[in-house]
Amino acid sequence: MIAEAGLAALWLAAALAGLQLVLAAIGLRLDATRPATGDGPGVGAAEIMAAVRPVAIVQGLLALLAMALLIALFVRSDMSVQLVVANSHSDKPLLYKFSGAWGNHEGSMLLWVTILGLAGTTIAIVERRLPRATLIATLGAQAAIALGFYAFLLFSSNPFARLSPAAPDGQGLNPLLQDPGLAFHPPTLYIGYVGISVAFSFAVGALITRDVGPAFARAMRPWVLGAWIFLTLGITAGSYWAYYELGWGGWWFWDPVENASLMPWLAATALLHSVSVLATRDGLRAWTVMLAVVAFSMSMVGTFLVRSGILTSVHAFAVDPTRGSFILALLLLYIGGALLLFGLRIGTVRQGSTFELISREGALVANNLLLSVILGIVLIGTLYPIVAAAFGVQLSVGPPFFDKAAGPVALLLVAVMAVGPLLRWRRDDGQAALERMMLPIAVAALAMAAVFIVTGGIAILPFLGLGLAAGLAAASVAPLWKRNLRRTPLFTWGMVIAHLGIAVSLAGMASDSAFTKETLVAARVGEPHRVGPYTVRLDGISPVIGANWSALQARLSVRRGDDGAWFVLRPQSRFFSSPPTTTSESAIATRLDGQLYTVLGAPDGEGRWQLRLWWKPFVTFIWLGGALIALGGALSLLGRVRRDRQAVLREAYR
Amino acid sequence: MSVSYIRHPGFNPGSKVPHEQPAVGVRPVGSRIKSGMTAVIVALLLATPALADSNLPPARYANTQLRDPAKEQQARALMATLRCLVCQGQAISDSDAEMAGDMRSLVRTRIAAGESPKQIRDSLIASYGEYVTYDPPFNALTAPLWLLPLILIGIGAWLARGLFRRQRS
Repeated sequence: MIAEAGLAALWLAAALAGLQLVLAAIGLRLDATRPATGDGPGVGAAEIMAAVRPVAIVQGLLALLAMALLIALFVRSDMSVQLVVANSHSDKPLLYKFSGAWGNHEGSMLLWVTILGLAGTTIAIVERRLPRATLIATLGAQAAIALGFYAFLLFSSNPFARLSPAAPDGQGLNPLLQDPGLAFHPPTLYIGYVGISVAFSFAVGALITRDVGPAFARAMRPWVLGAWIFLTLGITAGSYWAYYELGWGGWWFWDPVENASLMPWLAATALLHSVSVLATRDGLRAWTVMLAVVAFSMSMVGTFLVRSGILTSVHAFAVDPTRGSFILALLLLYIGGALLLFGLRIGTVRQGSTFELISREGALVANNLLLSVILGIVLIGTLYPIVAAAFGVQLSVGPPFFDKAAGPVALLLVAVMAVGPLLRWRRDDGQAALERMMLPIAVAALAMAAVFIVTGGIAILPFLGLGLAAGLAAASVAPLWKRNLRRTPLFTWGMVIAHLGIAVSLAGMASDSAFTKETLVAARVGEPHRVGPYTVRLDGISPVIGANWSALQARLSVRRGDDGAWFVLRPQSRFFSSPPTTTSESAIATRLDGQLYTVLGAPDGEGRWQLRLWWKPFVTFIWLGGALIALGGALSLLGRVRRDRQAVLREAYR
Repeated sequence: MSVSYIRHPGFNPGSKVPHEQPAVGVRPVGSRIKSGMTAVIVALLLATPALADSNLPPARYANTQLRDPAKEQQARALMATLRCLVCQGQAISDSDAEMAGDMRSLVRTRIAAGESPKQIRDSLIASYGEYVTYDPPFNALTAPLWLLPLILIGIGAWLARGLFRRQRS
């Protein structure tokens, strides 16, 4: 019964989304055609529009109910449900039964639409400052987006489909996914994607009601900021997850799935900066709307592209090519529709206030441009193999291309990012700006000199990366100089910390790529091996049994230098029987200045065991930086929301 | 990660004796483990066809570095740009697949023999097509890809030019 109830809830939610769209459309039409003499919307329009909010609220709650019922099916291991059989097993630990509900195609789509529905519920409840027509148009746009997802779920990916006769037990979840990372990583990214689609819905609302201005930007900004925080967290966590789970010490592979999550982040980052200019300075109107369209398109690409099966990936867990055509149709419909609306209405957006080239706005435009260029490189690089295939050539576009093409642009962006916050709004003097930049420039030069002297020269990209990271770190805290720190607004702190996070992360990336030490050995028991400053000795191999896996576990005694204290690391090679898979569980020792990463490989048949050892100086900075970026975003969001609330209160008491 | 690795039929790594076709089976390991664990481990290994591509031990340099750090560095950089042809989008430096191991061994053997990374890449492209390199060579088909950053920056600058007021002199 649970499965049937879930399906019923899903159908009802879909029907309400349809109703929400129709009501919003009729309401807006009536509102637009009301007699010019009347003040306020006509009676019919007001009543119809008033119905949209409750419908949006109930739609979200029904989607949540469907998701809850799916989770219940997984937790109870109901083997009469196809999805549970295909992706779960009664022996699985409870956490993975729970998270297994979204560790598959159908469940993840349901999660997506649930979050979307709940976002609609939230807007319907909390958003009070937008003009009503714009808000209703926004909710209508949300319903339109949701309808596509409901149709997709109900017609080609029903998560509640029964299996008759019921299976004796499930086929298990991909062991790579049996990790706490799965419990949090996809929902985090999905909240990000959905947040962007909400921002896009606001843009649609503003375009439909011809109301692109600061009010719309202020309503949209928290959603962009929130989405961006979650995307940042999702990507950071996903990167660390891949790093320790895949077992080769890599943290970013420029793989289509990773690119699919990076592109919405790049677009959201650009949008975030642009929407701030629109909200506070009333500039960059058309840009903001365009970036909202791009960001939405990218979040759709992020959600769907990998699932369509036209690209292969290390992370593609939920591919089913038979759904490909449905997905591509949906993608075309969404992106095409968004672009069409943009093309039709952008003429009605008046130009906002203007500014000079050397100004804060100018730097933000450069930021938007460079982010868009990187986005374009990632997008086209990811899709190019398909283009080449059309010409009959099988082509691979991978890390070397992205490093060479996007790397320099990213470094240029970092330079702009260092300068931007030190410029004045609207108009600044180049000479004075240069003087303000002297200290960061000196720090960057010193850092590069130090790196050169200590290492005797490293590859050019990491070299510039380290220098720029140092300069950016200095420049990003510069806005706090000579300020009363306690009276500095929270969103300024947010900017400072987020920019600092980029510097930290960049330093980690550059350090990892320049200074990593690798040792690959076939080790005999008792034999010491060196990696970086560490000595690693294989003490022995022993079997270990887990809940639904068994493993060979190496005992490695490790010490730093010649007189450090010994400690033990235990990398495993894990065997899962359902489905039959082997995974490497790396054992990582984290120190302040980096990580020692150890992996147990296969035996060589002569009593030796393959060990893969890496010493990765400051690699943790990559994710520490990511966390700082997200923290900066959160402070900014908090500061903005607080200030906006104060503004609302002031208006209310006026 | 893909569960079954299919050996590429045309792959013949250097001077090594060609492998047999993959057979799902057990690596000859169980017999060398201390007897106390044997039963458990044999049971474990029987349940793990994923790594059991063939009955042979891995190629010589599949997981062993070259003695000369400079050469190993060269080999490592090259391996990171070569695609494992039987995996789901992994470089041969990041893959557990047996073929990736064979290709790593091939790269290290030829680097040790004094070949340049470019020569090795070119010869791999000659045998397997451009699919094998993650660093697409510049030609008529890939020119738009490589010129992309410049094209995009140009378009962006053109779009942005209307935003700025003339600088006052």
